[in-house]
Amino acid sequence: MYNFDFEKPSTIADAVSALGSEDAQALGGGQTLLPTMKQRLASPSKLVSLNGIAEMQGICTGDDGALCIGGATTHAAVAAGAGVYPGLAGLAAGIGDPAVRARGTIGGSLANNDPSACYPAGALASGATFVTNAREIAADDYFQGMFTTALDEGEILTEVRFPVPEASNYQKFEQPASRFALVGVFVAKYADGVRVAVTGASEEGVFRWTEAETALSGNFSADAIADMAPGADGMISDLHGTAAYRAHLVGVLTRRAVTAAG
Amino acid sequence: MPKDNGIGASPKRREDVRFLSGTGNYTDDIQVNGQAYVHFLRSDLAHAKINGINLDAALAMPGVIKIFTGTDFEGVGGIPCGWQVTDRHGEPMQEPAHPVLAQGKVRYVGDQIAAVVAETLEQARDAAEAIDVDLEELPAVVDMKAALADGATKVHDDLTSNLCYDWGFVEENKPAVDAAFEAAAHVTTLELRNNRLVANPMEPRVAIGDFNRATGDSTLYTTSQNPHVIRLLMGAFVLGIPEHKLRVVAPDVGGGFGTKIFHYAEEAFCTFAAKALNRAVKWTSTRSEAFISDAHGRDHVTKIELALDAENNFTAVRTDTHANMGAYLSTFAPSVPTWLHGTLMAGNYKTPLIYVNVKAVFTNTVPVDAYRGAGRPEATFQLERVVDKAARELGVDPIALRRQNFITEFPYATPVAVEYDTGDYHGTMDVLEKMADLSGFEARRKASEAKGKLRGFGVNCYIEACGIAPSNLVGQLGARAGLYESATVRVNATGGLVVMTGSHSHGQGHETSFPQVIAEMIGIDESMVEIVHGDTANTPMGMGTYGSRSIAVGGSAMVRATEKIIAKAKKIAAHLMEAADADIELKDGAFSVAGTDKSVAWGDVTLAAYVPHNYPLEDIEPGLEETAFYDPANFTYPSGAYACEVEVDPDTGKVTIEAFNAADDFGNIINPMIVDGQVHGGIGQGIGQALLENAAYDENGQLLSASYMDYAMPRASDVPFYGVDHSSQTPCTHNPLGVKGCGEAGAIGSPPAVINAVVDALRSGGHDIHHIDMPVSPSRVWQAMNG
Ligand SMILES: Cc1cc2nc3c(=O)[nH]c(=O)nc-3n(C[C@H](O)[C@H](O)[C@H](O)COP(=O)(O)OP(=O)(O)OC[C@H]3O[C@@H](n4cnc5c(N)ncnc54)[C@H](O)[C@@H]3O)c2cc1C
Repeated sequence: MYNFDFEKPSTIADAVSALGSEDAQALGGGQTLLPTMKQRLASPSKLVSLNGIAEMQGICTGDDGALCIGGATTHAAVAAGAGVYPGLAGLAAGIGDPAVRARGTIGGSLANNDPSACYPAGALASGATFVTNAREIAADDYFQGMFTTALDEGEILTEVRFPVPEASNYQKFEQPASRFALVGVFVAKYADGVRVAVTGASEEGVFRWTEAETALSGNFSADAIADMAPGADGMISDLHGTAAYRAHLVGVLTRRAVTAAG
Repeated sequence: MPKDNGIGASPKRREDVRFLSGTGNYTDDIQVNGQAYVHFLRSDLAHAKINGINLDAALAMPGVIKIFTGTDFEGVGGIPCGWQVTDRHGEPMQEPAHPVLAQGKVRYVGDQIAAVVAETLEQARDAAEAIDVDLEELPAVVDMKAALADGATKVHDDLTSNLCYDWGFVEENKPAVDAAFEAAAHVTTLELRNNRLVANPMEPRVAIGDFNRATGDSTLYTTSQNPHVIRLLMGAFVLGIPEHKLRVVAPDVGGGFGTKIFHYAEEAFCTFAAKALNRAVKWTSTRSEAFISDAHGRDHVTKIELALDAENNFTAVRTDTHANMGAYLSTFAPSVPTWLHGTLMAGNYKTPLIYVNVKAVFTNTVPVDAYRGAGRPEATFQLERVVDKAARELGVDPIALRRQNFITEFPYATPVAVEYDTGDYHGTMDVLEKMADLSGFEARRKASEAKGKLRGFGVNCYIEACGIAPSNLVGQLGARAGLYESATVRVNATGGLVVMTGSHSHGQGHETSFPQVIAEMIGIDESMVEIVHGDTANTPMGMGTYGSRSIAVGGSAMVRATEKIIAKAKKIAAHLMEAADADIELKDGAFSVAGTDKSVAWGDVTLAAYVPHNYPLEDIEPGLEETAFYDPANFTYPSGAYACEVEVDPDTGKVTIEAFNAADDFGNIINPMIVDGQVHGGIGQGIGQALLENAAYDENGQLLSASYMDYAMPRASDVPFYGVDHSSQTPCTHNPLGVKGCGEAGAIGSPPAVINAVVDALRSGGHDIHHIDMPVSPSRVWQAMNG
């Protein structure tokens, strides 16, 4: 690890100004950033911890009924406190291990947008709204490919608002070593239609499987997508699975998610 | 009533108190006054010419003391290989030089280019980044068969090819074996890969070199399974330091699994640099470094054929194996695919004719050497897989086919040069059939099917040769060391004992089990015995711990030394009681005169030995301390039968282990709880190899699974609760304890059972599959079902 300065502001405004200095970087739970720094693959001049900002912590219900989660809320807090949205609480409960869940944050996960991470599937399938210090971003505009998002340099994800669906479920098929998602599928059924988001599978990062959405919006049952799977083109192929295998898993996991959502 | 003291009791492991309370003393816990830190700059290319190394910028960095490169080691010895294999044509293997730091070329990702010594570790790392190395990339040799093709790039320019040796065993048997295949009623053939593994002990390697200017003595603290071996190899072959000027200390060691047997360049470097700089030099491996610098295990590609007659008797076995050596020969690498592998190809069966061919190959990968089981898992896997395949091809029950071919008379001389002293293969199979509830399997399969899962049952046997090994025999086979063990038993004046053993405990529990033996022999409480190990300064020359040899060889040395103690103590007791030596009996910690009520306590005798006022000084010396060296007459041959039950999810290919049962014959057992633990750990590693672990290289020689993000270790939820039974016991006939060793059995015996079960499950689902290479990951299983 290289040397760095450390700040822990208590307001979003102070955090934004601290992030203004060159090569400063936000620190959530550090579950991704700190290992990267230890490997000397990242060398921020300053870490600005977001954990001291009270307004970025916790879970509440908005006037429109959406579940609002502060950007610095830990996975463990979501697992325990997002009961009104069981699919999302279940997703958070399945991330990493207890130590990771006690530190890792929703903002860190969504800002990082790892192609195998779980939250991106939950947020995209929910059509969540990403609230930053500067603006609001729709989920469909937020994810822009592996490790890439609509966030600007120094922009802080302060809150994520999840419309609560009628039924939901997240199915994660673990990569045997990392236990991130080899493929993960989040299904959310809303009054105006079903959204299906897939993580772990595509070289473009998290994506919506629109073909399944259409079929499921007409008939929310596994039978509606019985033999369906997305094409293998553009799917990730690595030590842990070929593109064809991942495409196949998307179909299997989507059916399981629909059945489990009930 | 189970015993609570001595042989057969299961006292909790006394060493665990310090391990579990954070008071262990691991090598990294040792801080030598004024120590500097070294960071190794390692190659990120698999094969490259070093055109130049510019150190100017790095040397100007803060805290840098000195930067060493290969040129600093010209005239210094290379890392030696401890075993020379002779090939089919009577020629010695090709043995490349192995410099402490790379000279001229780097040969694998991880090869050491330079060593930066600085005041702090971070300063050493910073300076290493400022070193400017001009590497000219060369084509990497990764695939073993391609490495042997005409015109292949050579890993070592001064060798004639990438072939280390072409070994035939037993070469004279080859024509007869070939003829048996011609005459066979049925031949089963199987091609497979025994996957490359990274040992991953919980504690990464550490080395601290220290030098005492006043005495000229060097000390190396290191994470080793065998400090005396390191002292001999490094002192005699690398640095030219005689044993009396070199001390090697291996304190608490957090797991070894073989990979801490070997002498590594980092150990020699730290010892050398400490003297050069007159300062202690410390190196602590990171986990990432461990993946590319600890010797790997396994990595065999094999074709095995089994010939049977019309009555399904095995008539011959023929194998053709390519064994990866990596870029250099690690300490015992050449012995693993040969003498620890070919000699086991009879397994538990009376196959009369066997021929094993092994081509050992250099590649641009991390050196490969012994890993838990070392050669014996590779032998067991291929044999037990081909037997299973034969049973399916012939439509016979796999257990019945095995039983029909079991060796039943002992001693049994195999056609591959070893003689099994004892065993009862039907006995362990009988135990296993009960444990595994074979008769209930069909019902369990139906229950799985009702859940949409495929269920499979797999069984296998194993035999291993451990308690290594007779020195004169291994000498003939190419070992450059003896394989005896030693113990000094020191009795203190007030009766307590200290055993200084050449064995080394790095998780095996010697500090608990060794005292049980002495407690049994003398009839005292275990708490009166303490074990000292791991320091060449206070233990007799011993060969260390590997090859399931500690209790069989090291324990035997301790028994012999204790017998000498008892013989002398009886003389003292006889003097004290004015009786004849021959009439003295030792029982429950007291000496008595046969047929009388005269008796003296153990402590009275030991006190007399050190306060010899009333003592036969004219006949015997004062004191009570004896040393024994024990050289075994033969290997020991633990054996067993294992069964695994799996469920396969046909939608995803995911395999889950539903049950695993192990029936072992380890001969006599000192501490049943420790034996259970050894078997549990071994099976865990075997399941890891079968389902999860895979050290995979790409065609450029980059390790794809170089961290836990991609290298899958078995976790608690990946393994079931094991059934372990070691009630079937045929004691070893040639060591005083009748013990056989249990350290590697689990890792040897479990992978074939898992794969046999997976194949069984898939076949029950209508898939015409005979084999899937390990690890049987979900994607491989799915591929096999849909391929
Ligand atoms: C062993 C292990 C297992 C894991 N398993 C899983 C898993 O199964 N599934 C999964 O999804 N993830 C997994 N993770 C990742 C984990 O969820 C991380 O917590 C998460 O990816 C990053 O969150 P963090 O709060 O730790 O962010 P940090 O590591 O602190 O930061 C990550 C990045 O986000 C930026 N950042 C942080 N917070 C904000 C913010 N509010 N606004 C803008 N930028 C921000 C940082 O600057 C940095 O670039 C695992 C991690 C580990 C160590």
